[in-house]
Formats: sequence, C-alpha cells, structure tokens
Amino acid sequence: MTGHVSEAVLEISGLRTQLDTPRGTVHAVDGVDFELRRGECFALVGESGSGKSMTALSILRLLPEAGRIAGGRVLLGERDLLALPEAAMRAVRGRRVAMIFQEPATALNPVLTVGRQIAEVIERHTSLTGDAVAKRVLELIDAVGIPDAVRRSGEYPFQLSGGLKQRVMIAAALAAEPEVLIADEPTTALDVTIQAQILDLLAKLQIERSMAILLITHDLGVVARMAQRVAVMYAGEIVEVAQRDAFFAAPQHPYAQKLFQALPSPDKRGGELSVIAGQVPPLTGGFTGCRFADRCEFVFARCRQEAPQLIAPAGSGGQGRLVRCHLREQGLDAARSVAVQKREEAQMADTGATVIAQLEDLKVHFPIRKGLFKRTVGYVKAVDGVSLEVRTGRTLALVGESGSGKTTAGKALLRLIEPSGGRVVIAGRDLASLSQAELRASRGVMQIIFQDPYASLNPRMRVAEILAEGMLSLGIGSSERDRTKRIEGLLDQVGLPAEALARYPHEFSGGQRQRIAIARALAVEPKLIVCDEPTSALDVSVQAQILNLLKSLQDRLGVAYLFITHNIAIVEYLAHEVAVMYQGRIVEQGTAAQVLCNPRHPYTVALLSAVPAVAR
Amino acid sequence: MPFILATDALVWLLVVVAAGYALYCRRHVHLAVPWRRVFQSPAAMASTVVLAAFLAVGLLDSLHFRPQLEQKAGEPKAYATEVLSLLDLGLSHLRGRGEKTYSAPLATRSYAKEQVELPDGKQMRDFPRLRFGGAHLKDEGDRDADVVKRTLGGFAVSIFFVLLTLLAVKKLNAKNPDIPWHAAGAALCVLLLLAGPAIALCTVYHVLGTDKVGQDVFYLALKSIRTSLVIGTLTTLVLLPVGIALGTAAGYFRGWVDDVIQYIYTTLNSIPGVLLIAASVLMMQVVIDRHSDWFSVAAQRADFRLLVLCAILGLTSWTGLARLLRGETLKLSQLEYILAARAFGVRDSRILARHVLPNVSHIVIITMVMDFSGLVLAEAVLSYVGVGVDPSTNSFGTMINAARLEMSREPVVWWALATAFAFMFALVLAANLFADAARDGFDPRVRV
Repeated sequence: MTGHVSEAVLEISGLRTQLDTPRGTVHAVDGVDFELRRGECFALVGESGSGKSMTALSILRLLPEAGRIAGGRVLLGERDLLALPEAAMRAVRGRRVAMIFQEPATALNPVLTVGRQIAEVIERHTSLTGDAVAKRVLELIDAVGIPDAVRRSGEYPFQLSGGLKQRVMIAAALAAEPEVLIADEPTTALDVTIQAQILDLLAKLQIERSMAILLITHDLGVVARMAQRVAVMYAGEIVEVAQRDAFFAAPQHPYAQKLFQALPSPDKRGGELSVIAGQVPPLTGGFTGCRFADRCEFVFARCRQEAPQLIAPAGSGGQGRLVRCHLREQGLDAARSVAVQKREEAQMADTGATVIAQLEDLKVHFPIRKGLFKRTVGYVKAVDGVSLEVRTGRTLALVGESGSGKTTAGKALLRLIEPSGGRVVIAGRDLASLSQAELRASRGVMQIIFQDPYASLNPRMRVAEILAEGMLSLGIGSSERDRTKRIEGLLDQVGLPAEALARYPHEFSGGQRQRIAIARALAVEPKLIVCDEPTSALDVSVQAQILNLLKSLQDRLGVAYLFITHNIAIVEYLAHEVAVMYQGRIVEQGTAAQVLCNPRHPYTVALLSAVPAVAR
Repeated sequence: MPFILATDALVWLLVVVAAGYALYCRRHVHLAVPWRRVFQSPAAMASTVVLAAFLAVGLLDSLHFRPQLEQKAGEPKAYATEVLSLLDLGLSHLRGRGEKTYSAPLATRSYAKEQVELPDGKQMRDFPRLRFGGAHLKDEGDRDADVVKRTLGGFAVSIFFVLLTLLAVKKLNAKNPDIPWHAAGAALCVLLLLAGPAIALCTVYHVLGTDKVGQDVFYLALKSIRTSLVIGTLTTLVLLPVGIALGTAAGYFRGWVDDVIQYIYTTLNSIPGVLLIAASVLMMQVVIDRHSDWFSVAAQRADFRLLVLCAILGLTSWTGLARLLRGETLKLSQLEYILAARAFGVRDSRILARHVLPNVSHIVIITMVMDFSGLVLAEAVLSYVGVGVDPSTNSFGTMINAARLEMSREPVVWWALATAFAFMFALVLAANLFADAARDGFDPRVRV
C-alpha cells in the first residue's frame, strides 16, 4: 500500500451532523474529512460518543429521527450522496454502499429464512430473477464460508449462531457487489474466536473484490489486524489520520497516545495504567480552543485560544499523515515504547497465601422440562465439575467465551444460583452445610461486581441508601452515624466526592457508577469479590481507571478477586492465576505466566491466537 | 349531626393518601420528574381542571350529616332519618322543588296532560303549569325574555371570573413558564361560562328538565358524580393491594408460587365478568336484606351496597394489573441490582419493597388512571343491567336505566339520557386524556 495511492471511491468533506436533544443541539459530527480508497480498509476509531457511528450513518443518510446533516459533501464517484433525492438514495444503499451492523441478532428479520433475506437484496438491486437469484444466494452463502449452503439458506435466523448470523449479514451486504462496505463494530457482539473468523473473512473478501471497507470500531486490536489506514475520532472531529504501521509505531495526537497507554498489557503489570483525566466535553456548545485541551497533559496557552487544524506534522514527509495538534507543528513525536518485559516469574509463583475460597467439583445443571407435568427430560450442564482455589490478596482470572459457564460458576460460588453438586468452601465454611439464616449472615465474606453499571444500581435509590443496604442487612456498623462515617470512607476509597451520597445513580457516568458498585461491594468488608466482566461495558480510558482502582484496593485491603472476563489483555495485566473454561469445564489452569505464555490445551492456544493484539 | 358513611370515610382516607403521596413525590426526584412531565402536557392541565371540578362536587357530596328535627323545648334532640350532604344543602332549592312528573328543560308546563279544573269549574285535559319551574312568571309568554335576561346576567358574572382567571394565568405563566397554564385557564373559562347561566337559571327553572317522578335532572346529575368517583377510586383501593402483592410475588418467587397465582387469575379471567359480578352482587344483596338491623338509616344500606360493588369490581379486575406486574418483575428480578441485594443477604420482603416496588410504580400509576374511566363506564353498564348500585342511589347508570323507558315513550323524553351522556362523557374524556398524559410521563423509555 505504501507509496502507491489508489483512487478514492468515497470522499467525505466537511461533514457535519447534528442531533436535536432536550439539552440542545448536539454536534455529533463536526467537520469530518476523509477519503476511502479502492481496495483499502479504513478504520475509524474512537470511544463511545466520539461520533464515529454517526459519521457512518450520515454517509448512508440513515440517521435517527432527531438527527440531520447540517453540511458537507459525501462524494461517491462523481455524485454527492447528500444532494440525492431519497428515491435515488435507495438505489445507492445496498447497491453501491452496503452496511453491516454490530448486533447480528436484531439485524435479521426473524420470520424470513436467511436465503429469502439475501434474495431480497439481489432482486432489489440486480436484474436477476427466478432460479438465477437462488443460485446467486447459494454462491454468496458459500462465499462467506457457511458450509452446507443449500440447507442453511432455508433456515431461520434463530437456528443460526451469532457468528453465522453475522456471516449472513455480510452475504446480504455483498449481494449487489457494492464498492464500499461500512462495517459498524461488526465483531463487538461476538466471541474472540468467532471475531477472528469474521475479520479474516472480511479481509479475504476485501482483497477478492477489491472493495473498500470503512471499519468503525473502538478496539485498537481489531484496527491493528484489519486496517491499512486509521483515523482517530474525538468529540466529533478527526484528530489523527495515518497509515496503520506508522500509527501503531508512533501515535502523534496526545489523545491517541493516551489511548495506547490506557490499554492493559503484560508489560504494564505491577504498575498503574495511565488514565485520561476528565470526560469528553459536551458537544452541545461551541469550542474556542482544542477539544482535548482540558484532558491533555501537554496543554499550553495557545490550545485554549485557537482550535488546531488537521495538519501534516513537520518532517512527516507526506504519507498522508495528519494530526490535529499545535504541538505537531514542531515535528513528529517519538515512537511509542513497547517494552516487552520478561515476566518476573517470582511474582507469579504461589506465595503460599491462604485459600479464601475453594470450589470442589462444582456443578450447576439446569433441568430441561417438557410436557404437561414438566417432567425433567435432561439437563443443561452449565457448570460441570469445576474446581478452583482463590487465595487471599490474589486474583484468579476465569477466562472463557460466552456460554462457557463462567458467569454461572461465579454466581454459584456466591450461592446466587443453587449449585446442583460439589462443594463451595469459603473462609473455611462449607456453604452447602449452612442454613438459609447462616448463609445470610455469612454473605459479607463474598461480594460481586457486575458487568453493566447501568443495570446494577437501583435507579430509585440514592447512593447513600445503596451503600448502606448491605451494612443494614448484615448488621455492620453499630449506629447510623458509624455507618455514615464508613460510607464516606468508602466513597473516598473509590475516588468519588462526598456530595455523591445524596444523588441518584442516573446522575453519574458509566465509570462513576462502576465505582459506586465497587464501593457497595466493599461496604461489607468482603474477603472475596467476584468481578463479573466489570469493565467490558466501559471505554478504554474508563476501563483503565477501574482496573487501577481494583488493583490498588487489592494492595491495600488484601481482597481476593475471582475475575471473570473474556479480555485476555486484562488477564495479562491483572491476574496472578488463570483458569480457562470451555463448555462448563476448566480445560487449563495455572499461573498467569504458565497459561498465557505456554498454553497446553488446544482451546487455550486457539483462544490466545484469536485475540487481536495491538503489539506483540 | 355529622354522619359518616363508610364510603365517605374511605374517600377522605384516599384524599389523605393522595396528599401524602404528593408530598412524597416532591421529595423524590424519580417521581417528581415524571409528574412534572405529565403537567407539562396541555391536555393534562385542561383535564385536571375538569376533573378537579368533578372532584369538588364529589367531595362536597361526601360530607354527610343528619339534620336536627324541629322540636319543642325540653325534649331530647332528635335527628331526621334522612342523611344529607353539604352538596344537598347547597342545592336545597333544586332538591326540594319536585314536580309531579316529566317536564322539558326550562319548561313552564308539565310534559304530560292532566285533568285540570278551569276557573269556571269545567274540567279539561291540558298540560298543567309546573309548581316551581317558571312559577315566578305572571305571563308565560315572558318566559323567553326572562330566560335570555337571566342567561345574560349569569354570563356577566362568569365573565368577571373569566377575567380573573386570565389574570391568574398571566401571573402563573410568568412564574412557571414551562407549565401550560393557558390550557388550564381555557378549560376553567369554559366551565365558568357554562356554570354562570346554569346557576342563574336553576333557581327558577329546571335547567335540564325533570324526570318521571319530577326530580330535577340537573340535581340528579350532580349527585351522580359522587357515585362515579367512588366507584372509580375506591375500586382501585381494593384492586391495588391484591394486584401488586400477587403480581410481584408471582414474578419474584417464580416456581410454584407463580404457578398458583397464574392459575388463579387465568381461572378468574375465564369466568364471564358480568356473570361473576352479577352473582356476587345478588348474593350480597341477599345478605344485606337479611341483616337490615346492621343499618340505622336507608342511606347506609345503599352506601353499603355501593361499597360492596367496589369490592367486587376490585376483586374481579386485579388480574390485568397482576399480569403486567408479573412480567415486569420477572424482568427486574434478573437485573443485577436485585442480585446484588441478594448477595448482601437482604430479605425477600425487603427486596420486594425496596427494589421491586419502586421500579414498577410507573405501571401501577398508569394502570390506576387508565382503569378509572373503565370503572366509571362499568358502573353505568352494571346499573343498567340492574346489578349495580342500589336503585335509591343516584348514578349515571340508574339514570340511563330509567331512560330505557323514556326513549320508547311518545313524545320522547330525551333530556335525562342526554344529561347523563354529557356528564359521563366529560368525566371519562377528561380521565382518559389525563391517563394518556400520565402514561407518556411515566413511560420508562424516557428515563429520568
């Protein structure tokens, strides 16, 4: 790709999109320029709210009702898509520019067979009819790597797995051989191994058909694997454009640099992840200076007065490199340091800490009931004989894909789900032998933090009530005043101001809510916290804050974590020991170094190799 | 002597509860915000004014007393067996002035011919002059002029109040501009313009005619408002605890509890509603008749039947609410904050009260306001069928029931039916508009 610049298929200039909300007009996309060249994959990266999805929807003019395009041009060849009448636009969508979405489960119509849904696109956009359409459908299903095309084309979406559904979506998008494919987070809803397959498929199709792909994603790993060129979006603007290799070697905009530093990775073990202070500014008002100024550590007076333009940094020598930063007028910044440290094996080794929780042959079987009398005809073995040990002050990561039973195992450990067999021993007591009342009293030892900070806090309770609930229930704190003092201490520990107490959860951002959830768990002084994907709903920079917090709490309080996750990078950064779960069983277990550097089980090998890595 | 009927006590209890709830809402953002959103809708403000007018009449009619009988000095005080309300006192000129039978609105003569004795001693059949309607007129020919004069007089008073309203709207607008005061003002103006002439005319005419036994239809309609309100509100008082308790329990505990509760409401739903209600009401009627010693006055007996009707309607119509709440609770109980509470060992009863109930309250409120109009209409239907309120209780249903015969009469007596229709229409329309606004305001998709 380097050197040779192929022709542009799609040219976007000065695109501005606005959303009308009760709080005012949000300038979701505010002057975005880029071009998409034939046969290249161009990645648009950014955190939630950066405007990357709005850009994609604006190109196809599929904005939500409150949105409107306020200016700019979208040139597809010679035609400005923004100037076309709606009828002509329909001929463009799917025919010349196709789109695939994040959630394959809702993007397919559940009452039509997949063959029918692909055929619909073909009939709409090509002159094929009758048998020719059917033949083409089979070709397409075959092309996206779904085996047994004849049978699959007659099936309904519910009969297909998530990965297969996404393949069907891709087949439908390819049906009319579009010049441009917009992929909006195409693999975010999928497991790592499936994600790898879908990304490989997209890369293959792109080369075969010399199609241009606009890839929208928040995952730098996916970008590293797929893209030829990268644009980083922040607060409705593109802040950096670069070739992939140049970008990953030396990101130039301070925001992009920070994003890399916030990513958890093995070389940052033991240290703190760097975080981006503050939040994305509200996009309702105008900006006088740089939009990143308030969060930037290199900020100087000019940043606040003059909005930087997208410039080619001095000394970059062309190569299409553009950065929106005053600093880059002086030249390129140094390359990112990728220090691949040798793991300190000593730190990994079992230091002989006491076992706080022990699972022995834990089983959770859900009965399948059928018939009039609900007879049990079989079992779903969600967790099928899991044995684990969690030690005081250490982190055991339970890794696996969706459906592997890792969350069920975590809930069974807390007796939130009744186990069907095996033993759970926590702090020396076998939970199964406890009566309901005794179990209730011993709840304080073990706590849980959930994935979704929006669903895990009762929207009808103030923060103070949320934090006090566990203490009241478990009789911690002798008086109201004592509890209030403890609650204030907790807020301080998780880094929230004391005035948060009187507020409701909806007044907080996702990261702050997760802090409240952590404070809630800490309120009863647990020895073990089950962390069920606590950062997977958060942006990278917020994830870094939460991981730092969890780590420092462990250092100070000596809590043990059972960290349930599918994110290998977090495991590398945080975990002392790792257990890999597959179909309800643990297939490999050991210290983090052993499992991650030297995997034995074929599934672990497959899982690790599927992870798209930023730098390895 | 003040006399408290059972429904009076409950109605006032409800008023207290509503006031308490309003105070509670003020202090809780998650409730105050949706209510503010409700009152930002012009339709809701207008219907609130109409409902408030109905409510005022209904509440005045819920303060009962027994008048003292006139007696000679020295005798112990005795009270009439008749139970009156403050409304009756205010409308005594309407209540006392019964004609013999039907008379058209604003008529001076009866609607039925009678044998009348002429001054010369001969007898003939003619429409006799009414005893009260237009009795002040020396010459019946002056009636039209008199009606116009009084109407204009009424309007003049109305317009004075209308001007006051406009002034108040302007003041309130300046103070609280995000609430559509003009809608409330407009509704109030319409009400005032209707009320002024009606009050001016009703002192000497029967504004809306009289019914078969000569009672003033305007008075009957005003008295019927209380019955409708009682049915619409007290029924929900019965319905809510049952519906909430069973619905949330079914959704939260699942398993056999869910099976049993679902079984009960499926069974209850499969029985034809009118049949079930009719059977229950008739059975209760037998009980009432057998125990006439329970009641010291007739009004108490009629009131008891009204209360029983509310209870029966409530016990047969909780299923819809329970079903909605079960579904919502099923969804909620999987949410992580409920799991987190369970991880703290919080008791089930407390989880239901603290975590589930506040999060389904929007469904309860929406169901309550939506059910109100349905219940008002149900009362009318039941009374029409003859299994509703006691025949001596004034209600729109009994008015409509009587109209069955009037419509087949020649010439037709249309005013009783028209009045019942107009009053009910206004009440139900206002309630429905308010319910719509409440549903929009509490829609969980527009979360606070």
